[in-house]
Amino acid sequence: MFHLSRKDQVKLAIFALVVVTMPIWLAPLGAAYPGLMQKFAIYAIFAIGFNILFGLTGYLSFGHAAFLGVGSYTAVWSFKLLSMDILPALLFAVLVAGLFALVIGFFSLRRTGIYFSILTLAFAQMCYSLAYSVLTPITNGETGLLLARDDPRVIDAALGAGTVGGAGLPSPALLGNSVTGYFGFYICAALLILTFYISQKIFASPFGLALRGIKSNQTRMIYTGFNIRPYMLAAFVISGMFAGLAGGLLAVTDPIAGAERMRWTESGNIVLMTILGGVGTLIGPVIGAWVIKYFENIFSAINKNMLNATFDFLPDGMQNIAVTVLSKFVGEGWHLTLGLLFVLIVVFLPGGLVEGYLKLVARLRRGRGTKPEAGGK
Amino acid sequence: MNTILAQLLNGLDKGAAYALIALGLTLVFGTLGVVNFAHGALFMLGCFCAVAFRYLLTIETVSVDPTQLSPWGQPVQVRTPLVQDWLGDFGALMVDYSVPFSILLTVPVMLVIGIAMERGLIRHFYKRTHAEQILVTFGLAIVLGELVKSVFGPNPWPQPIPSDLRGAADIGIWLGMEPRSLTYPMWRVIYLLFSLAVIGGVFAFLRFTTFGMVVRAGMADREAVGLLGINIDRRFTVVFGLAAVVAGVAGAMYTPLLAPNYHIGMDFLVLSFVVVVVGGMGSLPGAVLAGFLLGILQSFASMTQIKTFLPGIDQVIVYLVAVVVLLVRPRGLLGRRGVMEG
Repeated sequence: MFHLSRKDQVKLAIFALVVVTMPIWLAPLGAAYPGLMQKFAIYAIFAIGFNILFGLTGYLSFGHAAFLGVGSYTAVWSFKLLSMDILPALLFAVLVAGLFALVIGFFSLRRTGIYFSILTLAFAQMCYSLAYSVLTPITNGETGLLLARDDPRVIDAALGAGTVGGAGLPSPALLGNSVTGYFGFYICAALLILTFYISQKIFASPFGLALRGIKSNQTRMIYTGFNIRPYMLAAFVISGMFAGLAGGLLAVTDPIAGAERMRWTESGNIVLMTILGGVGTLIGPVIGAWVIKYFENIFSAINKNMLNATFDFLPDGMQNIAVTVLSKFVGEGWHLTLGLLFVLIVVFLPGGLVEGYLKLVARLRRGRGTKPEAGGK
Repeated sequence: MNTILAQLLNGLDKGAAYALIALGLTLVFGTLGVVNFAHGALFMLGCFCAVAFRYLLTIETVSVDPTQLSPWGQPVQVRTPLVQDWLGDFGALMVDYSVPFSILLTVPVMLVIGIAMERGLIRHFYKRTHAEQILVTFGLAIVLGELVKSVFGPNPWPQPIPSDLRGAADIGIWLGMEPRSLTYPMWRVIYLLFSLAVIGGVFAFLRFTTFGMVVRAGMADREAVGLLGINIDRRFTVVFGLAAVVAGVAGAMYTPLLAPNYHIGMDFLVLSFVVVVVGGMGSLPGAVLAGFLLGILQSFASMTQIKTFLPGIDQVIVYLVAVVVLLVRPRGLLGRRGVMEG
């Protein structure tokens, strides 16, 4: 059951190595602090999950942020009601998000194509609006769900265990060890490697092949006697659970949950990450998530003074022009860069960065292959 | 009875905005077969045409009037908009009526933007999948929103209603009821009438002009029309421009009702997509009908009596209707059989 092909084993080993050594190789890039690396790992998990649905079956869901939000809310409620330990929090986050995905998927999967996209969008918007308005007792509306000192925390109270964190608000912990900084990152990293492994298993399994069959020719799959509904639903629920896990981890690293995580632009972001990296490839979504989170962090930190310093070598007038133009794209305007990037990728590189890389490699190979031949003649 | 009528009116003017956006969306989908997620951004651009128009009109000159003294004994500074300087009373009128006058700016600007958008980007996506169309137009919507944000800033820009049109219209009298039994904000009535005129105009254009006839023929069978030696692509480009204009004027006239900011388009887009789907993909009357219907439903759902009965229904009613329609009748209320059914 846990067997992987030799090639996949190597891939997994390399992937694990890359993830675990993140603090080392991100240091020269200026991104090796735990908070950001946690985000890298969490959004990679989210993207891997989304890719299981979109990449394998071609069904474009525009409502996956809802599952992320549900996961966050569940995790925070688990902190409030049960225990500050992250194990029950993550477990419930995954389960509840899976339950939501089961219900939403059951209805949405009755339609295909754009209707499916709109159905998922409609469900996600419902969750979002309800979280903002009527469900305020559960979600705490615009403020976001916060921990409080006098939460019941039944399990912690029953075990008589003191919460980690001393006099202030309690902080999430794994078996008594406070989940902060690098420890938090390594938990996220371990889960990321686990999800990558699961995604490898799914890609290589008959289940994954069936999903790809549905993507390439649904009608033919049906005519060969396949009942595609349970397969689709399973894929939808799995990807929803991954999103729930990511949402739970967001709450673990920062115990607050807000409705803005469910906005449909958030769903758009995860689509963007997957597309940017490469839809339907194993590693693509992870790369996409990292690239976007990295640039979001770097670009939005740049301000006019830094630009002025960079373009100091130019004559004054040109410096001013360069700074004025570029300042629209950084800092607050980072989303503009993101949107442009999005358009460019979809227009020129629909297969994402992974496809770009493969094309490049193929071209280099061809270049090398033809040269000796020409020399031989 | 009056409450019901008032709610109906409430729904009609909101529905008018939905109908106008959905109309353009359907026009684009029916002709070009493109699912345009950037259509909300066109609405937003229309809003900001009105904002920019007023901004230009109210560029002022400051002159000192020595004959008048302020309470502090200083000469009073008189600020006159330049337009008023040049055109006198008509200029003042223009400043007052900046929102309706901004249509003059909105129409050409939106036409150019729409045609540029279609020629520059959208036409490369006719042969691509719907998913890719959604993605590229979604990206475009982000870009347009952010561009507007970088020019106009993130805060909303409230626009005034022309001074003569403020206050309430006594609709009760028009319907032969007691005076003051049913009043309604004047500008909303105007918006409703305006949108009806635009909708009527679009339908008349498609129905009664040769151009419209060719476009309708192209919607039914693009290839056959092309084989007749008609450059259907060029017509469809104009149709895209027309859709952009409809969205733009819908936005420009909506500014007094809701101060626009850079993401107003996104908020309307999701709703109008729902409207299109409920009405039936590719059906123009369906889009209009569904727009008004959902507007009315939403306004009835936000009545207190109903909200106490079903809390939160006002937030989700539109989506709920969409889900039900999609599951029960996927081609929508007035959709043709076989168009995007699946």
